[in-house]
Amino acid sequence: MSEQILLELKGISKSFPGVRALDDISFQIKKGHIHALVGENGAGKSTLIKILDGIYRPDAGAMVYMGRQLSPRSPLDAQKQGISVVHQEIKLVDTLSVAENIFLGRPKTKHYLIDWRSIYKDAQDLLNSLDANLSAYAIVKELSIAQKQIVEICKAMSFNLELLIMDEPSATLTTKEQEVLFRTMRTLKAKGVTIIYISHRLEEIFNLADEVTVLRDGRLVGTSDVKNINRKQLISMMVGRDLENEYPKEKVEIGETLLEVKNLCRGRMVKNISFQLHSGEILGVAGLVGSGRTETARAIFGADKREKGSVIINGKELKGQSVAESIKNKIALVPEDRRRQGLILNMSVKENISLVGIDLVIKSKKINKALEKKMAHGFISKLRIQTPDEEREVKNLSGGNQQKVVLSKWLAVDSDVVIFDEPTRGIDVGAKAEIYRLLCSLAKEGKGIIMISSELPELLGMADRIIVMHDGKISGEVSGKDATQESILELAISR
Amino acid sequence: MGEKAQEQVQKGNFFKPIAAWFGNYPIALAVIGLSIIMSIMSSSFLSFNNIMNVLRQISMIAILAAGQFLVMVAGGIDISLGAVVGITGIVFSMGMVNLGMPPIVAGILAILVGAICGLFNGVQDAFLGIPPMIATLGTQSVARGLTYVLTNAYPISGLPESISFLGRGYLFSIPWPVLIMVVIFLIVGFVSQKTKFGRFVYASGGNSEAAYLSGIKVKKIKVLTYVIAGLLASLSSIILVSRLASGQPNAGLGWEFEAVTAVVIGGVSLAGGKGKIFGVLMGAILVGLLTNGMTLLNVNSYYQQMVKGLVLVFAVGLDVYQTRKRNKA
Repeated sequence: MSEQILLELKGISKSFPGVRALDDISFQIKKGHIHALVGENGAGKSTLIKILDGIYRPDAGAMVYMGRQLSPRSPLDAQKQGISVVHQEIKLVDTLSVAENIFLGRPKTKHYLIDWRSIYKDAQDLLNSLDANLSAYAIVKELSIAQKQIVEICKAMSFNLELLIMDEPSATLTTKEQEVLFRTMRTLKAKGVTIIYISHRLEEIFNLADEVTVLRDGRLVGTSDVKNINRKQLISMMVGRDLENEYPKEKVEIGETLLEVKNLCRGRMVKNISFQLHSGEILGVAGLVGSGRTETARAIFGADKREKGSVIINGKELKGQSVAESIKNKIALVPEDRRRQGLILNMSVKENISLVGIDLVIKSKKINKALEKKMAHGFISKLRIQTPDEEREVKNLSGGNQQKVVLSKWLAVDSDVVIFDEPTRGIDVGAKAEIYRLLCSLAKEGKGIIMISSELPELLGMADRIIVMHDGKISGEVSGKDATQESILELAISR
Repeated sequence: MGEKAQEQVQKGNFFKPIAAWFGNYPIALAVIGLSIIMSIMSSSFLSFNNIMNVLRQISMIAILAAGQFLVMVAGGIDISLGAVVGITGIVFSMGMVNLGMPPIVAGILAILVGAICGLFNGVQDAFLGIPPMIATLGTQSVARGLTYVLTNAYPISGLPESISFLGRGYLFSIPWPVLIMVVIFLIVGFVSQKTKFGRFVYASGGNSEAAYLSGIKVKKIKVLTYVIAGLLASLSSIILVSRLASGQPNAGLGWEFEAVTAVVIGGVSLAGGKGKIFGVLMGAILVGLLTNGMTLLNVNSYYQQMVKGLVLVFAVGLDVYQTRKRNKA
């Protein structure tokens, strides 16, 4: 059986000052296949996409695309040749309609006037061809993320789409939305479109992809048929070593009640939430995006006002409704969006670590440089934060290391209860395992952990107990041992 | 061969910190360059007296800029400061002339009024969520209008002689305004770099959401920066009144522009969270030198205004460009 090759990379290399981002990458992409591209953060996936998209030019090597030389000069040039990228961050104009977005910058005209009728008709045709239940007149602002991605795909299809590159499209989708996206991808495949698919979620790769190519540190590790490889092999290809146990859960004695939440209410997203958290316990919180998990965490933490109900920590009720009060009573929140909510990106590692516990490094009204440095050094070595030194701005660190900086900030004030909202989002496999180990060691120290996550395998692997939220309420509780993905989903989806 | 390489290494080691320092403060290079040009043009430029003269000229704008610096690092901007100079100057002079207050009482009253203006700005920005450019534009109009209402647009004269030292006097042959400026900059430098409040100002401007979730009372911090800016504006105004020996209703007109220029070319990002007070001092000196130089060259003051506008746009453009470049890398 001879399968047609759509794209062949031959010895692609690209360097940036101080980094060899891609080193002699060669592999083939077969026409009409879904080809997964995986690797840890910093493996070179983004650089490779940017080369295909015409943003970067390779230093060496060649690309053969449909039998001819490919060297796109810009994203538009790439699109004209049938190559489109759907980025993780959606690039649509929120205030315009679906159709206007699809033909943005390329209006169809008739007698020098914009031919709206044909724009809306063509847009609707494209949407229908993907079986998307979506109107061309809808305003993009009102769409879900998955629907927005479909609009992006339609935009790509409005050029003669041959090769669609999707950069972690599922990272922020709910389970239901993911299904919509995956169905769309299969429809595209049936139409003969080739897809390069980037994801950190391994299950998806096994469900969707035909082949998988693994990059590590800018080098090609290998390309394989998905049929001929299992999960464990794929992980070891990505990490470069065998990951003994993805979830290093340890047995910890569960102690007395640390935190008690009673009848907590706030708006539509937090309704009558009650639960207890014990020392040494990892309490998982499952639920779809939008089920009120984050809002509950913020209300417990005092970041948003509680309308009703009480939060009791170490036997003391929090009355002040402020972040400062929660911090004083040793509650910590590691928020879901590191860059927007967790870190001051312009500040150094040191300054971020000391932000919450600044009083600990103040001596006679002055920030004591030596004390602050010592605090930073302590956490850099304890949590193995990879940074050249404590003065490096956190924005230059990788996602996993940034997450460790956020965590250090809270460990500095010796928090008893740590709420993690999506602790491993956008973090690569190796760093994930480290974060898991940290959760375990915190539990061993007798702290209470609340772990909000959309990744069910991680909840099942780590949590002692899982509460499931739906529509602002707790819809059920399962023990970590007996739970299955199905039983959790059942509770998470409306019945 | 080996020796030469070693020598280069040593040379590199010697110049590296200097180059790095200038890399952090490219503005210092511009100040030095401009000074060299000025000293070639005018042989008396580098004399002690002339340098003091230039510093005295810039002192009031520089004090204004020190307040603006804190506001902008915290992520705001205050374009009412010029009008605050106007109203506080009138409060100061009318307090003494019309109400017969002793200078110290009138001064405290003026500083209080400045602080209230700052509070008004801060509450609008931090608590009501009005964009600071608009909030302080409103304050500017209110304050300037009030100044004209109080004075009927006539200057207030007949101030006591006892205050003139503040504007015109010397201590150990250094002008008082220069001394005050230096003290203010040392204090603001200390506060911004060494204290918890300073750190929180940077954190609030760098990422207000993350700062809030770290337990920082971001709104309070922002209001405080505006209050300090209003306070410093009134101090600057008191120096001006003492120097002119009269309260001018038009005092401080357009000063907020020069203060913003000094802060921005001093390396403070418009986005907040970044910049050092030393850069702001250099920025103020550069603006002062530019004015001084153009005056020496007999450039018409209308043209001077155009040049300053271009300098501001250029400085902001550079800031935007560098931010973009950094985000790309």
